[in-house]
Amino acid sequence: MGFISRGFRGKRRDVASSSRVPPGQYVVTDFPVLSAGPTPRVNLDKWTFTIEGEIDEPKRWTWKELIALPSETVTKDIHCVTKWSKLDTIWKGVSVDKLMDGVDTAAEFTTIFSDGGYTTNLPLDDITGNKAWVVYEFDGQPLPPEHGGPVRFLVPHLYFWKSAKWVRGIRLEKEDHPGFWESNGYNMYGDPWREQRYWGD
Amino acid sequence: MTVEERRLDGNAIGGLLREIFTMEMTAAQATCAGCGAINAVGRVIVYVDAPGTVVRCPECESVLMRIVHGRGRYWVDMSGTRSLEFAEG
Repeated sequence: MGFISRGFRGKRRDVASSSRVPPGQYVVTDFPVLSAGPTPRVNLDKWTFTIEGEIDEPKRWTWKELIALPSETVTKDIHCVTKWSKLDTIWKGVSVDKLMDGVDTAAEFTTIFSDGGYTTNLPLDDITGNKAWVVYEFDGQPLPPEHGGPVRFLVPHLYFWKSAKWVRGIRLEKEDHPGFWESNGYNMYGDPWREQRYWGD
Repeated sequence: MTVEERRLDGNAIGGLLREIFTMEMTAAQATCAGCGAINAVGRVIVYVDAPGTVVRCPECESVLMRIVHGRGRYWVDMSGTRSLEFAEG
């Protein structure tokens, strides 16, 4: 009678089953760098963050104005569609709610846009209500360029491609326009708990 | 290693393109829809540390191709490649 070991799987990484880790994800302790292009060189003297589109007058902040806004430090789990999750990541930045203070808009959707041409689309309801931040520190240090510094978007309840690196603004839109990955196979919404990785998921 | 040090040339996607086109493609000539530069696929810039494979023009860095592979399917966006010329197999 043969003995079948269910425990030995060679180098296969554990797929954690914790309630904090969505289906199909595994936990990493390092911070993988994913990039669809070259790391932009950012001149902070000329950097601005803009809210535009379905708004009477665009709202714009310089770097100095952004970091002078009331900030929050948040601890969040992040989930990359390439299947790694990183728990308890610590970010400092400004909540999108603060930036949207007083904005009157008919928009229901947004496109987040970045230096280098990257875009990603999100429902407005998914970046307001204490769910998204514009962050400039990671783990108590200035956000490094390879992780999207000086400033990246953080919307941790969706797959991390939605948390655009090198972010420059939010375009408010009445319709949902697919972004860089969403226009070629990746899911329009990207909920890790429902494994919405690809079109049709 | 920095992102710049990890970017690859088009030979890195020879295998991927052979799966899609079922022939050797690294000698194919790709015309950039952005700047018009013509380069052999083996010479283009490739980023593989991303949710998909991103192929960029070595002259102007605009996106030539985006290739996503998942759930047993490929999605290939070639809107940044105006023309892809290659010899019959």
